[in-house]
Amino acid sequence: MLYNAWIIPALPLAAFALIVFFTHRNRAVSAALSIGAILIGFVYAIPVLFQLIHNHGPHEFYFTWLDFGTWHLQIGMLLDPLTAVMLMVVTIVSSCVQIYSLGYMHGDPRFSRYFAYLSLFTFSMLGLVLSNNFAMIFIFWELVGLTSYLLIGFWFEKKSASDAGKKAFITTRTGDLGFIIGILLTFYACGTLNFGEVFTKIETGIFAGGLLTAAGIFLFCGAVGKSAQFPLHVWLPDAMEGPTPVSALIHAATMVAAGVYLVARILTVYLASETAGMVVAVIGITTSLIAASIGLVQNDIKRVLAYSTVSQLGYMIMALGLGSFTAGTFHLMTHAFFKALLFLAAGSVIHAVHTNDMQEMGGLGRKMKITAVTMFIASFSIAGIFPLSGFWSKDEIVAATMGHPVFMVLALGVAFMTAFYMFRLCFLTFTGTPRDPHKFDHAHESPRTMTYPLLFLAFLSVFAGWVGIPWLPHGYSSFVYHGEPHHAAFHFDIAGISLLVGLSGIALAYLMYYRRSISPDKVAERFRPLYTLLYHKYYFDELYDAVIVRPLYAICDFWFWFDQHIIDGLVNGAATLTLWWSIAKNWFDVKVVDGAVNGAAYTIRGTGSILRFAQTGRLQNYALIIFAGVILIWFLR
Amino acid sequence: MTDVSLTSVTFYILSFCIIAGGIFTVSSRNLFHSAVFLVFTLFSVAGMFVMLNAYLLAAIQVLIYVGAVAMLMIFGVMLTTQLTNVRLRHVNEQAWPALAVCGFFLAFIVYGLWDTPFQVVKADAPVNTSHALGTLLMTKYVLPFEVVSLLLLAALVGAVVIAKKD
Amino acid sequence: MAGQTAIGLNHYLMLSGILFTIGMFGVLTRRNAIAVLMSTELMFNAANIALVAFSRFVTPAALTGQMIAMFIIVVAAAEATVALAIVLLIYRSFKGINVDRINFMKW
Repeated sequence: MLYNAWIIPALPLAAFALIVFFTHRNRAVSAALSIGAILIGFVYAIPVLFQLIHNHGPHEFYFTWLDFGTWHLQIGMLLDPLTAVMLMVVTIVSSCVQIYSLGYMHGDPRFSRYFAYLSLFTFSMLGLVLSNNFAMIFIFWELVGLTSYLLIGFWFEKKSASDAGKKAFITTRTGDLGFIIGILLTFYACGTLNFGEVFTKIETGIFAGGLLTAAGIFLFCGAVGKSAQFPLHVWLPDAMEGPTPVSALIHAATMVAAGVYLVARILTVYLASETAGMVVAVIGITTSLIAASIGLVQNDIKRVLAYSTVSQLGYMIMALGLGSFTAGTFHLMTHAFFKALLFLAAGSVIHAVHTNDMQEMGGLGRKMKITAVTMFIASFSIAGIFPLSGFWSKDEIVAATMGHPVFMVLALGVAFMTAFYMFRLCFLTFTGTPRDPHKFDHAHESPRTMTYPLLFLAFLSVFAGWVGIPWLPHGYSSFVYHGEPHHAAFHFDIAGISLLVGLSGIALAYLMYYRRSISPDKVAERFRPLYTLLYHKYYFDELYDAVIVRPLYAICDFWFWFDQHIIDGLVNGAATLTLWWSIAKNWFDVKVVDGAVNGAAYTIRGTGSILRFAQTGRLQNYALIIFAGVILIWFLR
Repeated sequence: MTDVSLTSVTFYILSFCIIAGGIFTVSSRNLFHSAVFLVFTLFSVAGMFVMLNAYLLAAIQVLIYVGAVAMLMIFGVMLTTQLTNVRLRHVNEQAWPALAVCGFFLAFIVYGLWDTPFQVVKADAPVNTSHALGTLLMTKYVLPFEVVSLLLLAALVGAVVIAKKD
Repeated sequence: MAGQTAIGLNHYLMLSGILFTIGMFGVLTRRNAIAVLMSTELMFNAANIALVAFSRFVTPAALTGQMIAMFIIVVAAAEATVALAIVLLIYRSFKGINVDRINFMKW
């Protein structure tokens, strides 16, 4: 059973190939292929999960792809509890998103291609989580990046969409550069790329010290890019140009989770190297803070959710950096469900009112009951309210910061902001008086293909996290662990503080946006400079534009000028020289060579025209010459 | 001129006649005068033959050369009188170069022949050359004799053919 | 000078050469065709003199030179005949027999 787990990614790949080559004209069949593939994958993943619960593994299956003598490149699967969790997350969220897309993308001219891309993405993500060595994970890493690009820029007629796709690809690629360097350093130190062998070398101390720290930091660069951590977080908000289901799948639940997954998979490195681990944690919390603060003041519904994603990812990274494998991955799982739900619900709203701007919404709760209810559920979950999933996972994370007071304070601050902006979003969208009556009139609840996934994900948002309840004998922490299974301890004080923080965030949002007791505009006025800074996302895009993009363009312009003038100049110069040379040769040929030839002819003709007078035709002249010749011969003899 | 015998005097007179006649033949403005001088020259040559004991040859010379060829020349002169004024040049434009060439030619001949030792035989010639020549003609030289007769025939026919009016 | 005391072969040969040269001059120079023919007769005669002189002094008994001279005379006569016939023909065509004018093989 486990041996055949490769079927799970193979099915979406087959669906992709079939759609692309055969069925893309038939929308229904294409969608059916894609959804069918992922559902079967989900069904297959369940027994895989149970098998792994029974036997934690790790189970490794591989075959050698290329043999280089001293090492060999493998294609293989590594199955352990983390893999099982990721498989479930990916297949569930992917299924929900694909079913939802039936309704959302209805009528789009490139419907089949959309499902082909989704299948390709699903294949890439599943392959990524099953990989057993750095090379393979990198290949799938890049595939995931490719499909993300394709899907972000799906509506490429819009310039902002195609620009966003490019931005995403380039930014993640920058991170991947560090990733490659990390892989090379690992290979240099270990002579192998297989995860198991590398971890063994780390534990036995062969791979250690500065080299290990450097490798760890570089490997983390990949995660920084892919999971949109500071300073490579700038692509994620722009990626909202893609269709909302894409945002839900890729930029909330799965692809961005790949970075977190990577850090989790190679946590051995960060546990062994204190410095690298601390770097990871610092970047995580920094990202979390920056993103949460920006999300406070955004008006685009998807942007708020995007910054929320970045912030929550930062949470997970921080937890992993501080050494808590369980907390980071647990939050990854719960976050996938409620963030996917949030995005899909937002998509439902956008589908209804045809705008992303929350300032044009309001009071939609009356018209879109299911959407509103599910969104509120997800918001409670993300705010960490007992007894929803988010409460348990967030509690684990805060617990992980226990030995580091600074981190704890900052994490709680982030929790406050998270709760605040999520409920700001909910109140602005679903409550109050409609700010745009025209749009309000046209709003309606979404079709069933869209609402059923919402409901299912809402269910998961509430209950999926219950597997991590600390009092369970065989809970999450005894399944997904690093080193030894442990039973999570429950700290009432920590839980109580985080719950309080979440509730106060909700309360503030309630006051400002529901009751309107505190006016948001006045607050903005009082903190105008801060507000402007946050509204403009700390001017990161402008900074990158000035420091990186513009100089790059200038360099390109320079090389263009160089190519046009100098290289082409050389080429043209060579051509001109050749031309002059040929002109000179032509002159030479005409004047000198032809001159010589013609001159010879002229000379002969001239001589002939003179000599011909010897042919007088008269006999006596000839006789004279003959005798003169005889005399000459006499003379000479 | 140390030898003043009759032989040498005769020789010198005859040679003078020949040379003078020749010069006047080639340089005479009037064509008829040239012909007459040619006859005079030919007679003198016949006389020279007599000096050389070639009696038959001298007779033949007079008979044929003077009697036929020279007559023919005179006939030709008469028949081809050109009705032009007499002041035409009688020599062409290459007279002086021809003179030079002839001078050199003569110089070479003289120079070549002067010291050449010919095998002179001090013997007498046969007195009756007619008989001797006739015998030779019929014995040793019969082939040239016949060929020459053919030649004469051809010349005869040819002259008639060429010159007849058609 | 050999044969100075008596008239020897050399004298006759000198005479022959002079006559030949005179005839040659006439051939090269005279404009009238018949005059040219006359000059060639002179040259023939010069040759005859030389031949007979050789016959007398070198082979007096064989008379070879005289024979040849006789043949020369005959052939010269035949040649003069034909030549004059041609001259007459030319005279008829061109109304004049200046050899200067007969230059149809010129350039």
